[in-house]
Amino acid sequence: MTHFTAVLLFALFASVVFGITQRETPKRMLRYGIYCFVLFAGSAIVLSWVMFLIAR
Amino acid sequence: MNAAAKQDSKQGFVYLPLIAGWLVPGAGHFLLGKWGRGALLAASILGMFAMGIAMQGKLYSSAHDILDILGLAGDLGNGLLYFVSRVMGLGADQVQVTTADYGTRFIVVAGLLNVIAAVDAHNLRTGRKA
Repeated sequence: MTHFTAVLLFALFASVVFGITQRETPKRMLRYGIYCFVLFAGSAIVLSWVMFLIAR
Repeated sequence: MNAAAKQDSKQGFVYLPLIAGWLVPGAGHFLLGKWGRGALLAASILGMFAMGIAMQGKLYSSAHDILDILGLAGDLGNGLLYFVSRVMGLGADQVQVTTADYGTRFIVVAGLLNVIAAVDAHNLRTGRKA
């Protein structure tokens, strides 16, 4: 398993729990879950590029 | 939820979904008839815990400093998963490979997510959440 796969699975599992527990209707749960997943995965990608550029 | 089911869910020990949800991931929602939510929560928390164990993550057994205490508190959030894993000797005592560090975090976060899920079941039970 690559680091990025681990990040995606972590984001998926955490987003499912956040979506279900933090919103009340199924539609809003789905939207919030997707929002959390994008933030988790997106922030990991952005921070990875920032660290890459700092290390150059 | 229909009126009869709602009435049934108002009877009995009010903290039962909270305790059941802590002991077994998703069980609090199952008790309240929220089968879909419970299954998704159980799959996510069990999946994260299993991945942590598969990555040879460490199961905290004692607390010598503040980080160990926080890790142990997170691990205890897994309820029966933690105790059964300890009895079965799963998880590493020491972090020895690179992935084990990630595995340790997966196990701790699975416990924290399980606490959130159990509290959500309690909120559903008390009517704080629809």
